[in-house]
Amino acid sequence: MSAHGYEAALHGITGVRGVRGAMVVTGADGLVVAESLMEGIKGTAVAALAASLATRLGRAMEAGGVGSDVFWHLQAERGALLVVPARSGMLIVAVADPGVNAGLVRLELLRAAESVA
Amino acid sequence: MKGGARAVEAWTLEPLTTFVHEAGVRLVLLMTPAGQVLAQSGFARAVDVMSAAALGAAIFASTTEMARQLGEPPFAGLAHQGEKHGVFLALVTTARGPVVVLAVYDLAATSLGLVQLFFEQLATDLRGASPKGSEQKQVLAADFERELTDSLNSLFGR
Repeated sequence: MSAHGYEAALHGITGVRGVRGAMVVTGADGLVVAESLMEGIKGTAVAALAASLATRLGRAMEAGGVGSDVFWHLQAERGALLVVPARSGMLIVAVADPGVNAGLVRLELLRAAESVA
Repeated sequence: MKGGARAVEAWTLEPLTTFVHEAGVRLVLLMTPAGQVLAQSGFARAVDVMSAAALGAAIFASTTEMARQLGEPPFAGLAHQGEKHGVFLALVTTARGPVVVLAVYDLAATSLGLVQLFFEQLATDLRGASPKGSEQKQVLAADFERELTDSLNSLFGR
Protein backbone atom coordinates (compact mmCIF):
# COMPACT_ATOMS: atom_id res chain seq x y z
CA MET A 1 0.00 0.00 0.00
CA SER A 2 1.25 3.51 -0.82
CA ALA A 3 1.59 6.36 1.68
CA HIS A 4 -1.43 7.94 0.02
CA GLY A 5 -3.39 4.71 0.58
CA TYR A 6 -2.69 4.82 4.33
CA GLU A 7 -3.81 8.44 4.50
CA ALA A 8 -6.96 7.65 2.52
CA ALA A 9 -7.79 4.89 5.03
CA LEU A 10 -8.08 7.55 7.73
CA HIS A 11 -10.63 9.76 5.94
CA GLY A 12 -13.65 7.76 7.10
CA ILE A 13 -12.52 8.00 10.75
CA THR A 14 -11.81 11.73 10.77
CA GLY A 15 -15.19 12.31 9.11
CA VAL A 16 -17.01 11.17 12.27
CA ARG A 17 -18.21 14.11 14.38
CA GLY A 18 -16.12 14.45 17.56
CA VAL A 19 -13.01 12.73 16.19
CA ARG A 20 -9.95 14.97 16.68
CA GLY A 21 -7.57 12.84 14.71
CA ALA A 22 -6.63 9.42 13.43
CA MET A 23 -3.37 7.62 12.83
CA VAL A 24 -1.90 4.45 11.38
CA VAL A 25 0.87 3.31 13.74
CA THR A 26 3.34 0.42 13.56
CA GLY A 27 2.39 -1.84 16.46
CA ALA A 28 5.87 -3.12 17.20
CA ASP A 29 7.77 0.18 16.96
CA GLY A 30 5.15 2.77 17.88
CA LEU A 31 6.04 4.91 14.87
CA VAL A 32 3.56 6.99 12.87
CA VAL A 33 2.88 5.67 9.34
CA ALA A 34 0.12 8.13 8.48
CA GLU A 35 -1.75 10.73 10.47
CA SER A 36 -4.56 13.21 10.19
CA LEU A 37 -4.63 15.15 13.45
CA MET A 38 -6.01 18.42 14.72
CA GLU A 39 -3.43 20.98 15.82
CA GLY A 40 -2.19 20.45 19.37
CA ILE A 41 -2.22 16.65 19.31
CA LYS A 42 1.31 15.26 19.47
CA GLY A 43 1.11 12.35 17.05
CA THR A 44 4.51 10.82 17.86
CA ALA A 45 3.70 10.69 21.58
CA VAL A 46 0.23 9.19 21.07
CA ALA A 47 1.66 6.63 18.62
CA ALA A 48 4.50 5.52 20.89
CA LEU A 49 2.36 5.27 24.01
CA ALA A 50 -0.62 3.62 22.27
CA ALA A 51 1.65 0.97 20.74
CA SER A 52 3.29 0.33 24.11
CA LEU A 53 -0.14 -0.05 25.71
CA ALA A 54 -1.29 -2.34 22.89
CA THR A 55 1.71 -4.60 23.44
CA ARG A 56 1.02 -4.85 27.16
CA LEU A 57 -2.71 -5.38 26.66
CA GLY A 58 -1.94 -8.10 24.14
CA ARG A 59 0.25 -9.88 26.68
CA ALA A 60 -2.42 -9.58 29.37
CA MET A 61 -5.07 -10.99 27.05
CA GLU A 62 -2.81 -13.82 26.00
CA ALA A 63 -2.08 -14.61 29.64
CA GLY A 64 -5.79 -14.52 30.40
CA GLY A 65 -6.48 -16.93 27.56
CA VAL A 66 -9.05 -14.63 25.93
CA GLY A 67 -7.42 -14.38 22.50
CA SER A 68 -6.09 -11.31 20.77
CA ASP A 69 -7.58 -7.82 21.12
CA VAL A 70 -9.89 -6.58 18.34
CA PHE A 71 -10.88 -3.18 19.70
CA TRP A 72 -10.17 -1.08 22.75
CA HIS A 73 -11.65 2.16 23.96
CA LEU A 74 -10.07 4.24 26.71
CA GLN A 75 -12.43 6.83 28.07
CA ALA A 76 -10.80 9.80 29.79
CA GLU A 77 -12.14 12.96 31.40
CA ARG A 78 -11.50 15.18 28.38
CA GLY A 79 -11.42 12.69 25.55
CA ALA A 80 -11.12 9.13 24.38
CA LEU A 81 -8.64 6.90 22.63
CA LEU A 82 -10.02 4.17 20.37
CA VAL A 83 -7.80 1.56 18.77
CA VAL A 84 -8.23 -1.35 16.38
CA PRO A 85 -5.24 -3.58 15.51
CA ALA A 86 -4.96 -4.57 11.84
CA ARG A 87 -3.87 -8.05 10.77
CA SER A 88 -0.60 -6.61 9.43
CA GLY A 89 0.45 -5.54 12.92
CA MET A 90 -0.47 -1.90 12.32
CA LEU A 91 -2.70 -0.09 14.78
CA ILE A 92 -5.49 2.22 13.71
CA VAL A 93 -5.82 4.90 16.38
CA ALA A 94 -8.49 7.56 16.86
CA VAL A 95 -8.36 10.45 19.33
CA ALA A 96 -11.86 11.75 20.05
CA ASP A 97 -14.03 13.98 22.24
CA PRO A 98 -15.55 12.29 25.31
CA GLY A 99 -19.06 12.26 23.83
CA VAL A 100 -18.13 10.77 20.46
CA ASN A 101 -20.27 8.05 18.91
CA ALA A 102 -17.93 5.18 19.81
CA GLY A 103 -19.89 2.64 17.76
CA LEU A 104 -19.49 4.67 14.59
CA VAL A 105 -15.80 5.31 15.25
CA ARG A 106 -15.28 1.57 15.88
CA LEU A 107 -16.94 0.78 12.53
CA GLU A 108 -14.67 3.22 10.69
CA LEU A 109 -11.59 1.93 12.54
CA LEU A 110 -12.45 -1.64 11.52
CA ARG A 111 -12.92 -0.53 7.89
CA ALA A 112 -9.56 1.23 7.94
CA ALA A 113 -7.91 -1.82 9.57
CA GLU A 114 -9.32 -4.00 6.80
CA SER A 115 -7.99 -1.70 4.11
CA VAL A 116 -4.44 -1.55 5.55
CA ALA A 117 -4.30 -5.28 6.36
CA MET B 1 26.25 -5.94 31.24
CA LYS B 2 24.28 -4.41 34.06
CA GLY B 3 24.81 -1.47 36.37
CA GLY B 4 23.43 1.90 37.50
CA ALA B 5 23.96 5.33 35.96
CA ARG B 6 27.36 6.99 36.55
CA ALA B 7 28.62 10.29 35.19
CA VAL B 8 31.93 11.99 34.58
CA GLU B 9 30.03 15.26 34.06
CA ALA B 10 27.61 15.48 37.00
CA TRP B 11 25.04 17.66 35.16
CA THR B 12 24.24 14.77 32.81
CA LEU B 13 23.27 12.34 35.58
CA GLU B 14 19.70 13.40 36.35
CA PRO B 15 18.57 13.70 32.71
CA LEU B 16 20.20 10.34 32.00
CA THR B 17 18.56 8.61 34.98
CA THR B 18 15.14 9.96 33.98
CA PHE B 19 15.61 8.82 30.37
CA VAL B 20 16.63 5.30 31.42
CA HIS B 21 13.63 5.04 33.73
CA GLU B 22 11.06 6.49 31.30
CA ALA B 23 12.21 4.92 28.03
CA GLY B 24 13.05 1.53 29.55
CA VAL B 25 16.39 1.36 27.75
CA ARG B 26 19.01 -1.18 28.74
CA LEU B 27 22.29 0.62 28.04
CA VAL B 28 22.99 4.31 27.46
CA LEU B 29 26.18 6.19 26.75
CA LEU B 30 26.48 9.96 26.63
CA MET B 31 29.66 11.06 24.90
CA THR B 32 31.26 13.73 22.77
CA PRO B 33 31.36 13.15 18.99
CA ALA B 34 35.04 12.24 19.51
CA GLY B 35 34.06 9.35 21.80
CA GLN B 36 34.93 10.97 25.15
CA VAL B 37 32.47 9.47 27.65
CA LEU B 38 30.37 11.86 29.77
CA ALA B 39 28.04 9.35 31.43
CA GLN B 40 26.82 5.78 31.16
CA SER B 41 24.03 3.61 32.40
CA GLY B 42 23.75 -0.17 32.41
CA PHE B 43 27.37 -1.01 31.65
CA ALA B 44 29.22 -3.16 34.16
CA ARG B 45 32.66 -3.28 32.56
CA ALA B 46 34.98 -0.47 31.50
CA VAL B 47 35.99 -2.39 28.39
CA ASP B 48 32.37 -2.43 27.18
CA VAL B 49 32.11 1.34 27.65
CA MET B 50 35.34 1.87 25.72
CA SER B 51 34.16 -0.37 22.85
CA ALA B 52 30.70 1.19 22.69
CA ALA B 53 32.13 4.74 22.78
CA ALA B 54 34.62 3.99 20.01
CA LEU B 55 31.99 2.29 17.83
CA GLY B 56 29.38 4.95 18.50
CA ALA B 57 31.81 7.74 17.63
CA ALA B 58 32.80 5.90 14.44
CA ILE B 59 29.16 5.42 13.38
CA PHE B 60 28.44 9.05 14.14
CA ALA B 61 31.45 10.20 12.11
CA SER B 62 30.45 7.96 9.17
CA THR B 63 26.84 9.16 9.06
CA THR B 64 27.91 12.79 9.47
CA GLU B 65 30.21 12.40 6.46
CA MET B 66 27.42 10.70 4.47
CA ALA B 67 25.14 13.63 5.28
CA ARG B 68 27.87 16.08 4.28
CA GLN B 69 28.29 14.36 0.92
CA LEU B 70 24.52 14.60 0.40
CA GLY B 71 24.73 18.30 1.22
CA GLU B 72 22.66 17.81 4.37
CA PRO B 73 23.26 18.81 7.98
CA PRO B 74 24.24 15.85 10.23
CA PHE B 75 21.44 13.31 10.67
CA ALA B 76 19.31 13.97 13.75
CA GLY B 77 19.06 10.31 14.68
CA LEU B 78 19.96 6.82 13.57
CA ALA B 79 18.04 3.67 14.48
CA HIS B 80 19.08 0.08 13.95
CA GLN B 81 16.79 -2.79 14.82
CA GLY B 82 17.98 -6.32 15.41
CA GLU B 83 16.02 -9.43 16.35
CA LYS B 84 15.91 -8.79 20.09
CA HIS B 85 17.56 -5.42 20.54
CA GLY B 86 17.54 -2.01 18.94
CA VAL B 87 20.21 0.69 18.85
CA PHE B 88 19.42 4.40 18.74
CA LEU B 89 22.11 7.03 18.16
CA ALA B 90 21.39 10.75 18.15
CA LEU B 91 23.00 14.13 18.74
CA VAL B 92 22.01 16.81 21.26
CA THR B 93 23.47 20.31 21.04
CA THR B 94 24.06 21.78 24.50
CA ALA B 95 25.84 24.85 25.86
CA ARG B 96 28.67 22.49 26.87
CA GLY B 97 29.00 21.29 23.27
CA PRO B 98 27.47 18.48 21.21
CA VAL B 99 26.53 15.31 23.09
CA VAL B 100 26.06 11.99 21.29
CA VAL B 101 23.51 9.66 22.88
CA LEU B 102 23.85 5.94 22.24
CA ALA B 103 21.00 3.82 23.58
CA VAL B 104 20.48 0.08 23.37
CA TYR B 105 17.00 -1.21 24.12
CA ASP B 106 15.33 -4.56 24.47
CA LEU B 107 12.49 -4.94 21.92
CA ALA B 108 10.43 -6.93 24.41
CA ALA B 109 10.62 -4.11 26.98
CA THR B 110 10.24 -0.94 24.92
CA SER B 111 10.01 0.33 21.34
CA LEU B 112 11.75 2.72 18.99
CA GLY B 113 8.78 5.08 19.24
CA LEU B 114 9.09 5.28 23.03
CA VAL B 115 12.88 5.70 22.88
CA GLN B 116 12.49 8.53 20.35
CA LEU B 117 9.72 10.11 22.41
CA PHE B 118 11.73 10.16 25.64
CA PHE B 119 14.90 11.13 23.77
CA GLU B 120 13.17 14.45 23.00
CA GLN B 121 12.73 14.94 26.75
CA LEU B 122 16.34 13.92 27.39
CA ALA B 123 17.52 16.50 24.84
CA THR B 124 15.47 19.23 26.57
CA ASP B 125 16.74 18.17 30.01
CA LEU B 126 20.38 18.07 28.88
CA ARG B 127 20.08 21.53 27.31
CA GLY B 128 18.53 22.83 30.52
CA ALA B 129 21.14 21.24 32.78
CA SER B 130 24.28 22.00 30.77
CA PRO B 131 26.56 24.62 32.37
CA LYS B 132 26.34 27.81 30.31
CA GLY B 133 29.39 29.36 28.67
CA SER B 134 31.64 26.37 29.20
CA GLU B 135 32.32 24.66 25.89
CA GLN B 136 33.78 21.16 26.27
CA LYS B 137 37.57 21.25 26.01
CA GLN B 138 39.18 19.09 23.36
CA VAL B 139 41.26 16.21 24.68
CA LEU B 140 44.81 16.44 23.41
CA ALA B 141 46.52 13.23 22.34
CA ALA B 142 49.10 13.67 25.13
CA ASP B 143 46.33 13.80 27.75
CA PHE B 144 44.19 11.11 26.19
CA GLU B 145 45.25 8.14 28.30
CA ARG B 146 45.04 10.07 31.58
CA GLU B 147 41.62 11.52 30.60
CA LEU B 148 40.38 8.05 29.65
CA THR B 149 41.59 6.51 32.91
CA ASP B 150 40.03 9.35 34.93
CA SER B 151 36.73 8.95 33.06
CA LEU B 152 36.61 5.20 33.58
CA ASN B 153 37.46 5.64 37.26
CA SER B 154 34.55 8.05 37.61
CA LEU B 155 32.20 5.77 35.70
CA PHE B 156 33.05 2.64 37.64
CA GLY B 157 33.88 4.19 41.01
CA ARG B 158 37.50 3.03 41.20
